[in-house]
Amino acid sequence: MARKLPHKDVAIIGLGWTGAILAYELSSMGLDVVAIERGPWRDTATDFPPAWAPDELRNVIRLGLFQQPAQSTVTLRNNLNQTALPVRKFGSFTPGNGLGGAGVHWNGMTYRLMESDFNWRTHNTQHYGAGAIPDQMTIQDWPMTFQELEPYYDRFEKLCGTSGKAGNLQGQIKPGGNPFEGPRSSEYPTPPDRQPYTPTMFAEAATGMGYHPFPIPSGNVSQSYTNPLGVTMGQCSYCGFCDFFGCGNYSKSSAQTCVVPALILQKTFEARMNANVTKINLDSTGKKAISVSYFDDNGEEFEQPADLVLVCAFSFNCVHLLLLSGIGTPYDPVAGTGVVGRNYAYQCTSGVTVNFPDKLLNPFIAGGAVGMSLFDYNGDNFDHTNLGFIGGGVLQACQTGGKPLSQLSSLPGDPTWGSGWKRAVKNNYQTTYALGTQGAVQSYRDACLDLDPTYKDRYGSPLLRMTFDWHDNELKMSAYITGKLAEIGKAMGAAQVIPHPRKGPYTVIPYQTTHNTGGAVAGDNPTNSVVNKYMQSWDVPNVFVFGACAFPQNVGFNPTGMVGALAYWGADAIKNQYLKNPGPLVAS
Amino acid sequence: MRHMISRTSLGAGAALVVAAMLCLVHGQDTAGTTQPADPQTIAQGKYLVYAGDCVACHTAVGGAPFAGGTVINTPFGKLLGPNITPDVATGIGGWTDDQFVRAVKYGIGHRDHYLYPGLPYIYFNKVPRADILKIRAYLATLPPVNNRIHADQLPFPFSIRLGMFGWDLLFFPKTGDYQPDPNQSAEWNRGAYLVQGLGHCAACHTPKNLLGGDRTHQELQGAVVNGWNAPPLVNDQHTGLAAWSADDIETYLKTGHNAFADSSGDMADVVTHSTSHLTDADDKAIAVYLKSLPGSGVAPLAPIAATDPAMIAGGHIYADECAACHTGAGTGLPLIFPALAVSPIVQAETPATLLQIVLHGGRSVATTTAPTASAMPAFGGQLTDQEIADVSTYLRNSWGNAAPAVSAEQVAKVR
Repeated sequence: MARKLPHKDVAIIGLGWTGAILAYELSSMGLDVVAIERGPWRDTATDFPPAWAPDELRNVIRLGLFQQPAQSTVTLRNNLNQTALPVRKFGSFTPGNGLGGAGVHWNGMTYRLMESDFNWRTHNTQHYGAGAIPDQMTIQDWPMTFQELEPYYDRFEKLCGTSGKAGNLQGQIKPGGNPFEGPRSSEYPTPPDRQPYTPTMFAEAATGMGYHPFPIPSGNVSQSYTNPLGVTMGQCSYCGFCDFFGCGNYSKSSAQTCVVPALILQKTFEARMNANVTKINLDSTGKKAISVSYFDDNGEEFEQPADLVLVCAFSFNCVHLLLLSGIGTPYDPVAGTGVVGRNYAYQCTSGVTVNFPDKLLNPFIAGGAVGMSLFDYNGDNFDHTNLGFIGGGVLQACQTGGKPLSQLSSLPGDPTWGSGWKRAVKNNYQTTYALGTQGAVQSYRDACLDLDPTYKDRYGSPLLRMTFDWHDNELKMSAYITGKLAEIGKAMGAAQVIPHPRKGPYTVIPYQTTHNTGGAVAGDNPTNSVVNKYMQSWDVPNVFVFGACAFPQNVGFNPTGMVGALAYWGADAIKNQYLKNPGPLVAS
Repeated sequence: MRHMISRTSLGAGAALVVAAMLCLVHGQDTAGTTQPADPQTIAQGKYLVYAGDCVACHTAVGGAPFAGGTVINTPFGKLLGPNITPDVATGIGGWTDDQFVRAVKYGIGHRDHYLYPGLPYIYFNKVPRADILKIRAYLATLPPVNNRIHADQLPFPFSIRLGMFGWDLLFFPKTGDYQPDPNQSAEWNRGAYLVQGLGHCAACHTPKNLLGGDRTHQELQGAVVNGWNAPPLVNDQHTGLAAWSADDIETYLKTGHNAFADSSGDMADVVTHSTSHLTDADDKAIAVYLKSLPGSGVAPLAPIAATDPAMIAGGHIYADECAACHTGAGTGLPLIFPALAVSPIVQAETPATLLQIVLHGGRSVATTTAPTASAMPAFGGQLTDQEIADVSTYLRNSWGNAAPAVSAEQVAKVR
């Protein structure tokens, strides 16, 4: 029997980026807020002291900071006709666990969606005709515009201290920035990161080809910065242990570094750690959430009553919780009905290996988002006529690190074991580089999330089932933009240029990206979405859902900037509209 | 009740942490005789309680506010901060106003016994009776807490309170209310009053003699308290505040951080419970007063040559272990990583805080205006005594710094 706890104004499920932002916004106005987080408490200084040698075996190979399959996992199948099997070791994507969530160990790339990403279906229909969008492609417009969201991107970047260079400042195109971005109200809070050798070569070659390279908007801050919450960050030291690691130098934009020091001073905030929420409980009408149930590490069950429930877990874990709680109609891919689990998407990454036998590239002088990228082949920034696909992706030379276990490279013909392999890897370390793409993935009728009929988690609840494979659109897109990236590699003067476009089928084994999106998408009416434009559940108005699960389809770059902007956007809607008049903020 | 005595430390301060007031007592009449004060007086009293950092000695960690029990370590033994809630049986609810003033201002307890100067009455002597009664008015509004404290935990012979009669004769000048200096500004006088009086800065920052009395000719020239430096507040170039502007001092008092330093240890408590609650004007006044103090007159040392083997070894360790945060030029980063160049803590004659923090790590204070609470990892586990000595010598003699070399033996004692 669950132990019932005293009432709170707000229960927040998950204390990562979105949970921490919402918790700060609401507790600082005096609301009684509890954040319930599955994993442990974390603190910049205590958990990531720079006096510790970065442990790649623990963090990268054994995924020490991450969700463990024993806590919960997903089952996977490539299509509706297969039987899904559980992912027993996370590989392709690695959700976070504990305070800070996936924002602890991300690289820090802090992009904004482009204006055309917001009306993606309309835009493509207008440019290429309705026939450009296949029947099975279920892309749709966002329920808000870039202009509406711009102030919230700005707030998130100022929270993060993002380092970058504006390419479009209040409508003026600025040299050195990304000319394809929507108009920004202000410059980045800190100047761009200084670029290492290879990204510099990349940018020079790309500029020579007429492209528009710019410094990646980076959460590895270029200089000391104090954010609007009063929290100070330190300058990135280019240690090269960014992704898969937390930052002990206070240099990487993260919830534990940028928000939590101010959050824990709020007298009405409480964090309850190692507490795994299993269900949001509804009243008898099914239209009002009354509490959340969770288990602590001892297996004891608690019930936390609250007026407002904010679902702030990792993308697909939010969808899982909605399905387990009966909030919204589950999506049925066969009938094409329902919404929860619909429009799951991913990213279609690829790379180009380039080799410079006569150079020393020093890959260890690195930061997760230290590099140069270009948007010339992103979104609809290039003519797609007769290409057979829509969308694109960012091309980049990002120097994330020279980690000795996970970032060694082999070239074709290198020995695969023994002293020959050692010699090759040693030679390649200073001379070989991986250029990369992050390709957009459109949403499809048969790419979705639902509850698995067979496999259950440690609490006896059905696991989330993921049905996903690459579609022709994405494979063509990947071949095209990877080819363009290879051309830049050639222009850089590489001796060898080896493109690796994405090939099917989708497999969960090699790491690709943790940019899983969709499943609880935002939209303009309840038939095409789980939440309205303010991230409020259409069905249960005192439940809001935050994170990349709101994306109607995925974009060709990192989603965190959008996730942060949506958190502030939703927070303002709660503060300025919902609390004054609790109920649906958009008529359905 | 016999022993409820009171408190305080002894010898003043020599060690004490900042202290507070204590007083104790009970007894007699008055308990309901004092009329409740008006809200303005109560608010003023609350502010003065901040200025005096009364929490430091009278509120135990996790305990009820002002209900006592805080351990105050002194070179002579241990004292416990008394209960100063209005509880009649175990707090100060039974005291008359006169008894309260006598305790705070003269160190005489409500039963006419001598208090120990852990209650910094030698400084509070400068506080006018009117202000002391405002403090009382505020304390009277607290919920009474029944919490009997045996404040005096001192060993014989210090447990003989009569000894304080002689101590007071020697070390307690009883100069009375602070007298403004007509040649100085109102701001300077306000700062002097706060520093010398309620703020009792000298309790830690003035060196003590063997009996725990202030070495008054070295006022605010720095001391080692409980194994940490309370650095000089006078304007010495290397070991004092000469490099800090009044704004730097004000920012430090307000937020616990500035372009040079991040407070930790006992000073972090002072910032948390006292100076961060003061008005900007009062923190500024303290800064103006401190900037007016002359240096100690001690001649600066010449730095150890960069070619010294310890300097060379220390430089390598610094580049590997320290420079990522504190920067290659030893400047640190404002508000988060302390500067090592121009640092009084780094160049202190006795490198107490420096070795504590290198060996054991440290955590700076979190305030609402500067919540980061940056921390320094402990290096005691991975650097030997000799390595820590070398890197300490290096940073005490680089970037314009100059201070005596540190030996492995010194490190071993702190380890």
